[in-house]
Amino acid sequence: MLIHPISLGLGAVAVLLAWPVPIALARARWTLRRPVIAMVCWQGIAVAGGFSMIGALWSLSRGAAVLLALHLLLNLGLTAVGTSRQRRRHRQLVELLSSPMPDRPNTRLIENEAPVAYCLPGAPRSVTVLSDGLVRLLSDDELAAVVAHERAHVTQHHHVVLMAFKAWHTALPWFPIASRAEEAVALLVELLADDDARQVVPDEVLASAVERVAGTDASSVAPRLARLSRAGS
Amino acid sequence: MDVLWRSDGPCAATELRDELAGDPAITTVLTVLSRLEAKGFVTRDRAKRPHLFRAAMTRDDYMAELMHEVLGSAPDREAVLARFLGRVSKSETDHLRKLLGQG
Repeated sequence: MLIHPISLGLGAVAVLLAWPVPIALARARWTLRRPVIAMVCWQGIAVAGGFSMIGALWSLSRGAAVLLALHLLLNLGLTAVGTSRQRRRHRQLVELLSSPMPDRPNTRLIENEAPVAYCLPGAPRSVTVLSDGLVRLLSDDELAAVVAHERAHVTQHHHVVLMAFKAWHTALPWFPIASRAEEAVALLVELLADDDARQVVPDEVLASAVERVAGTDASSVAPRLARLSRAGS
Repeated sequence: MDVLWRSDGPCAATELRDELAGDPAITTVLTVLSRLEAKGFVTRDRAKRPHLFRAAMTRDDYMAELMHEVLGSAPDREAVLARFLGRVSKSETDHLRKLLGQG
């Protein structure tokens, strides 16, 4: 049996996208400066990698190709359902435990010492949740930076991107690139949200908010701070 | 819900209505209670008339559950919530452990 040149080509693309290309992208430094392009690259790798893998398999065994496609789709569906169920439950808890902030629309305050800020995406509108520990810790400007950052996550639909990469990772747990991709994308969404917040507040304010809330423990903090100080100088 | 959490024992809907600000209609209170019951936040004692309601868990328990999801290491957390931090710092985790330990 002759293997068709197209499927050979697809196989080569699949191998490239499965290993050397994502490794290079994960190591590249320009991704910190150009998070938008980097994000498009990761999404392209994920989609093209999936299709080329399925395409290359198709000529070897149609059954295997269909199985792989179904597996990927099923995992995406399951992750989506699980995520939205968990999000709904979380929203119920938030509504029960928090009080709306009178001076900020769609923002709720929970009583907790830990400095916490996050945004719950959802219909009809997303909710930003802040803890009173955070409000005490930050100045008004810093708080505005944090809120702008959170809103950016939701308006740019980062939860959808993260969910898709998480599904990819769950579908292919033995595939080392999937976890690397998930990590890289998780950092990129932070950078993208930072860039949005920088349009509202000066870089130094955002940097000090990041530093105060995170300390230096979180692994995503160092690259974020480095970017902010570079741009400022 | 706060009224239920404040009260010592189970409450009838009429008692709850009296505690609530704005004097809501009793049907409103019952609707809200049924909804909370469906979501598992409130349990209803049907043995007696009128039915008695109590909170399924204490406020602190719910707060611990909420914070666990926000700060804890639930694998899909990042996809569920858009958070300010990519990762949780150690002091937060310690604080959370303390909270959960007390709860």
